[in-house]
Amino acid sequence: MFYREAGQFKTTYAADQAVFPILQDKIAVLLAVAVAYAVPLFADEYWLQAILIQLLVFALMAIGLNILMGYAGQISLGTGAFAAVGAYACYKLTTNIEGMNIVVAILLSGGVAAAVGVLFGLPSLRIKGFYLAVATLAAQFFILWLFNKVGWFYNDNPSGTITAPPRELFGIAVTGPKATPEARYWLCLTFLVVFAWLAKNLVRGRIGRSWMAIRDMDIAAEIIGIRPLQTKLTAFAISSFYCGVGGALMVFCWLGSAETEAFDLPTVSFPVLFMIIIGGLGSIGGSILGAGFIVLVPIFLTNFPPMIGLEISTALQKHLEEIIFGGLIVFFLIVEPEGIARLWQILREKLRKWPFPY
Amino acid sequence: MEFLESVFVAPFVEMWNYPAFLAELILVGLSTGVLYSLVALGFVLIFKASGMFNFAQGAMVLFAALTLVGLMEQGLPLWAALILSVAVMVALAFLVERFMLRHLVNQDGLILFMATIGLNYILEGSGQLFWGSDVKRLEVGIPDQPFDLGPILLNTFDITAAGIGAVLVVTLAIFFQKTSMGRALRAVADDHQAALSVGIPLKTIWITVWTIAGIVALVAGIVWGAKAGVQFSLSLIALKALPVLILGGFTSVPGAIIGGLIIGVGEKVAEGFWGPAFGGAIENWFAYMLALVFLVFRPQGLFGEKIIERV
Amino acid sequence: MSQSTSPTASGRAIGDVIMKVDSVSLSFGGVRALDNVSFEVREHEILAIIGPNGAGKSSMLNCINGFYHPQDGEIYYKGKRRDTAKTYEAAEEGIARTFQNIALFKGMSTLDNIMTGRGLKMKKNLFWQALYYGPALREELEHRAKAEEVIDFLEIEAIRKTPVGRLPYGLQKRVELGRALAAEPDLLLLDEPMAGMNHEEKEDMVRYILDVNDEFGTTIILIEHDMSVVMDISDRVVVLDYGKKLAEGTPDEVKRNQDVIDAYLGVSHD
Repeated sequence: MFYREAGQFKTTYAADQAVFPILQDKIAVLLAVAVAYAVPLFADEYWLQAILIQLLVFALMAIGLNILMGYAGQISLGTGAFAAVGAYACYKLTTNIEGMNIVVAILLSGGVAAAVGVLFGLPSLRIKGFYLAVATLAAQFFILWLFNKVGWFYNDNPSGTITAPPRELFGIAVTGPKATPEARYWLCLTFLVVFAWLAKNLVRGRIGRSWMAIRDMDIAAEIIGIRPLQTKLTAFAISSFYCGVGGALMVFCWLGSAETEAFDLPTVSFPVLFMIIIGGLGSIGGSILGAGFIVLVPIFLTNFPPMIGLEISTALQKHLEEIIFGGLIVFFLIVEPEGIARLWQILREKLRKWPFPY
Repeated sequence: MEFLESVFVAPFVEMWNYPAFLAELILVGLSTGVLYSLVALGFVLIFKASGMFNFAQGAMVLFAALTLVGLMEQGLPLWAALILSVAVMVALAFLVERFMLRHLVNQDGLILFMATIGLNYILEGSGQLFWGSDVKRLEVGIPDQPFDLGPILLNTFDITAAGIGAVLVVTLAIFFQKTSMGRALRAVADDHQAALSVGIPLKTIWITVWTIAGIVALVAGIVWGAKAGVQFSLSLIALKALPVLILGGFTSVPGAIIGGLIIGVGEKVAEGFWGPAFGGAIENWFAYMLALVFLVFRPQGLFGEKIIERV
Repeated sequence: MSQSTSPTASGRAIGDVIMKVDSVSLSFGGVRALDNVSFEVREHEILAIIGPNGAGKSSMLNCINGFYHPQDGEIYYKGKRRDTAKTYEAAEEGIARTFQNIALFKGMSTLDNIMTGRGLKMKKNLFWQALYYGPALREELEHRAKAEEVIDFLEIEAIRKTPVGRLPYGLQKRVELGRALAAEPDLLLLDEPMAGMNHEEKEDMVRYILDVNDEFGTTIILIEHDMSVVMDISDRVVVLDYGKKLAEGTPDEVKRNQDVIDAYLGVSHD
């Protein structure tokens, strides 16, 4: 009875095409954003540091991968590599250029990642599906090897790790040892909110439709005038941009320092893939939900068993995680390939009728 | 300049000066290649039969090997453990068909692929859950004796592995060419629902194919495990199989063999002669780069079928 | 050489030749899909291509689109070579198409599918699209209005937000026509637009096709099996069989052509 559209008629196309045409949705989302900003006021440091910032960072990468896979239909197993490019680019920029604003550095790093993404996306003109997955795997292995071997990337630091130098924004430390979790959280949250909104705009406009056309029927799309190479490369570029920004924020705001292992297949590429499958392919909101899910399950597994008196070793927990994730993926693919986002939609449709049965 | 020289000149000079080293690398590469081929075979089978790229093949290798070793650690003699392991893989095929494949009939290739990624994780997790995750030694009695063939150092293990691979390939080739199953499998790979509608027993075919793939995985697991120990990294071999399949063609059994050998040899030779120029460890990505080059110029691989698109 | 003598079925005057198919031959491996086919298309006319299954009709359309490249012969459209052009250039030249097996974008709604037909006319770059509000939104709304005109025309308002994968076959065919019309084409290629439809649906489709030809002067090349439709609405007919052209002329001429009767039409037994 609360979730009714009755009386909400759209009298202009503009109103019909708004991001959240239903008023209750709009309110809900704005409320959610407000709550998100308020979280640091009552969350403890553990939650911020170990969970929430990670969630924000991975949500960005999930949006990136969803643009490439969910909307444009191009398989990518190289998310980790593109994130790494963003991270290392940001590192080089901030360590080599004095006084570069951190936001500018992050955006530029995203740009570098976008360029690399375009490079590895070039084969997509001739190859599709699993074959393309191999090309992205080539990117994954090669780029991480490069960042390991060539000292220039980590300023010839003997340990091979890159460490985020301290940076301030509006006088508040946002990276480095002095930065509080709250500050880092707010920076990441702002990036997520802004870029999620931009992504939502892109996917409902011309380029979004072109991506989905290529995904659904690429030959027909070409015949009606959509240029496949440009459309696919744009998808790679924007997706890699998001992954690059996510990667930079991962090192600068979450981990503080990292090695190439942080961007490996099992640490980034596969988890992000799971996020968009479970969250919902072709859904921006789903990417965020999926990220939340994947980040929270291990936390749940760590904290819940002791609550009911069970002791689980870390190794056992890891294996359980794998089984649960694998099982969930198969489950979602069978039952609801459009993921949590679709389940959420179904829930809302039921809410519309509530409390009536139909 | 020096770098260019080390890439385009020095390696060939080295090869000329040290032919025995080159020959050794080639032979080592061949033996690794056979192992890759064994894993790739499983992929080809499932792809031929269901149009699905089974990302979980590597996990199946690991799972099969873990089961075998685990059973032997419990005190079972080799022959009993082998029979039980085969039974386990058959059971696995049944379970996969019942709970996964049946519900994904006629779904998009991408969805099937992602389902196998999920399966991969399930197998990895449960295999290590039951049998533990430390490295295990696998003794199956494959002779492991180095011997000299002229100036070249060989190993009976590698010869045996190659032999096993050859036997497996010939058996599979005969199976696909000579039996009615082979024909039915191709129909299934083309269109699940159409195959069902002409009365091809989809369920039987899938269970059969996954069982065979499971047994192939077991064999691969035994050979790999005996060589390198049974451990988690075995499942990452699956990723190496991708370049093998690209080179050989996704649907070709001989292609999987030749592709595996080329990748095996290519990797070792590249690492041996070009590795120093790049600072080493180019084995990590060489196979994928080679595959990438193939993808651009010959996407169907050496033996695969060319795909003509119609509108 | 203009032959603007007889008006089209809907009354519009036929113009000059705008497309020339000249000795086109197309093979796949050993299979000859098209064998030395030549014909002309005149502006504003409705030309039907008929023939038994496998005669090469869809292949002909694919050559016109630039999706297949014939090994021999040339296709000229408005003076430019079509057969060697890239696939996406056909749309830029004002050619739109529907497909024998529906090629709608199943993951999108009716409205979005039709909007993809407008894609070529939308110019705002990524930056504005990302911001959405402002110039990009104005452009979206402008083209949304045009798409709604097409939706009105085809009477599919009720399903505009439905994902096309959920629509019944007949409606999907109509949406596909809408996507083609949204591009405001000069030349419309229709590949069996009425296949699988019942009598009422066919009447609707015929009405739409004639209206399009009448109101906008769109030249239409139509592949169709329903002979009564073909004879009724086409100005001229080309008959293909095993990749070869059997006849070209008005419906009456073609109906009486002995080769055509033997190969395809048969004789009616009263």
